[in-house]
Amino acid sequence: MSGAVRLLAALIGLAVLAAAAIYAPAVLDDYMVRVLIVMCINAVLVSSLALGNGFTGVFSIGHVGFVAVGAYVSGILALPLEAKASLLPDLPSWLASWYIGFLPSTIAGGLVCVALAFAVGAPLMRLSGHFVSVATLGFLVIVNVVLINADDFTRGARTFTGIPMQTTLPWALGWLVVTLVVLARIVYAPTGRAYRAVREDTIAAQAIGLDVLPTRLSAFVLGAFFAGVGGSLYGHYLGSFSPKSFYLQYTFLLVSMLVIGGMGSLTGSIVGVIAVTLLSELLRNLERGMDIGPITVPPLYGAAQIVLGIIFIFFMIFRPSGALGDRELRLGWLLGRRNSSERT
Amino acid sequence: MSGAVPLLATSGLTKIFGRLTALRGQSISLNAGEIVGVIGPNGSGKSTFFNLVTGFLRPNAGEVRLNGTPIQTLAPARIARLGIARTFQGTRLFAGLSVLENVRAAAQLRHPSSMLDAVLGTPRLRAVERAVNASAEELLGLVDLRRHAHRRAGDLPYGDQRRLELVRALATGPSLLMLDEPAAGMDASETRRLLELISEIRHRYKLGVIVVEHDMDLIMNLCDRIQVLAAGETVFEGSPAAVQAHPRVREVYLGHE
Repeated sequence: MSGAVRLLAALIGLAVLAAAAIYAPAVLDDYMVRVLIVMCINAVLVSSLALGNGFTGVFSIGHVGFVAVGAYVSGILALPLEAKASLLPDLPSWLASWYIGFLPSTIAGGLVCVALAFAVGAPLMRLSGHFVSVATLGFLVIVNVVLINADDFTRGARTFTGIPMQTTLPWALGWLVVTLVVLARIVYAPTGRAYRAVREDTIAAQAIGLDVLPTRLSAFVLGAFFAGVGGSLYGHYLGSFSPKSFYLQYTFLLVSMLVIGGMGSLTGSIVGVIAVTLLSELLRNLERGMDIGPITVPPLYGAAQIVLGIIFIFFMIFRPSGALGDRELRLGWLLGRRNSSERT
Repeated sequence: MSGAVPLLATSGLTKIFGRLTALRGQSISLNAGEIVGVIGPNGSGKSTFFNLVTGFLRPNAGEVRLNGTPIQTLAPARIARLGIARTFQGTRLFAGLSVLENVRAAAQLRHPSSMLDAVLGTPRLRAVERAVNASAEELLGLVDLRRHAHRRAGDLPYGDQRRLELVRALATGPSLLMLDEPAAGMDASETRRLLELISEIRHRYKLGVIVVEHDMDLIMNLCDRIQVLAAGETVFEGSPAAVQAHPRVREVYLGHE
């Protein structure tokens, strides 16, 4: 395809998406719209997690730590001043009198995560394999404890509330498009090639002039930015949350979406998000109990988590590289044309 | 080609692991366009020498100079960027990546681009990708691997993997190429092709080559000079003919073959 045709195709695609996002609430019921918003936010988070975990092979379990920081930072900044005065009376004066809107606070959330990721990643990205996973889990725990104890800023374990619920479907979808475009361009460019080289063999990567630490760190930091952005979107979607909203349960959800979809693939991340979300929503209805004809199924609390856990285990055993592995779904493939089978 | 400053010069290179002196006072020097062989029995210090020159190990004493500049304290990636490329014993490919991607990853060393170029899709990025591709295709042609360009590197037959690793090293545009047992596991005809390939590379790219090898046929036919190591010490250095004639060398090494 020539450049102009591709640009045109991209513009048309964006226009259709925008129209769909804006008019979806008129067609779909509220519940469907909410599911779509959450899917978009989770897709931002899972694809940015794939950057480090899948493409550079540094399996972080601390991603949700950045999500939490993004949510709280943007929440504090975007809280209307009156609400701030009553909910967070002990805030330092420079913060107490400072209010910025949804978009700037979201970007600020991402940037704070960038700074944090540099500080955390510089020592951690030297580690490999299981060590880095355990260490990033440590980071998640630290973030959680700090959020609970920094109650001047976060209200501690109590619910942080009053954030304007501004994450509409167009916002969530818009950020998802930005995330995917940025990540795809980086991943399928020389930088991404360096990521995969370092993932495959750190020694050989050094022998062709790639420094392992800066390479991994750049992926970690970029992933953290979008984690922060996703956290802000999530915060502005929920309106109120607490430290436990961003802890192990959410971590497990994101990691299973990533692993089920395929770690080394951006479209795989999306597939994982859609599959796990649909499944969770179906099972959630099951959890409440229902009547099938004359049979009454009692409520099965926790069923969603259990089934997700079982599916996760099945994938680990039978398809550890996930549904797509490190392949990308392509339009030609979706339309039934044979892919040129180019592995990148 | 022998200028005042050799391409590579080591002096007094010593590496001690605990109570074992893996290499003691080793010195070697070579110029661009020269092929030098390093031979010796297992444990004689050949691999240690390789790892010291390429930065994967730090010497306890001695110096490594590339074009007169000391490099023995630099990190491996930095040394690679300065122009020393290497292969590994038993190959270290990016097994999960395609053959083409293996070479591209190395070729992009000479064609830098930033993350911002990638995000914005700048003309520079497109120029870089074109140059990287052209260079990778050319090198794959050199070893007849172009038709396997899209195969997974780890799925290639062993001989092809070794030659892929060689052109991947070459793709970084080195001035010194270090080959660690390139003929290991190859049969006689593959070894002959390898010999022709290395000779061609030397002439085409005018680089210095250091080869560690057990295959005496390859070494004797390929090298301008040979250094013989035994138990970390340099036993002898000279032309292939002189090495073959030297009684001490026959005793420590060739005699065991």
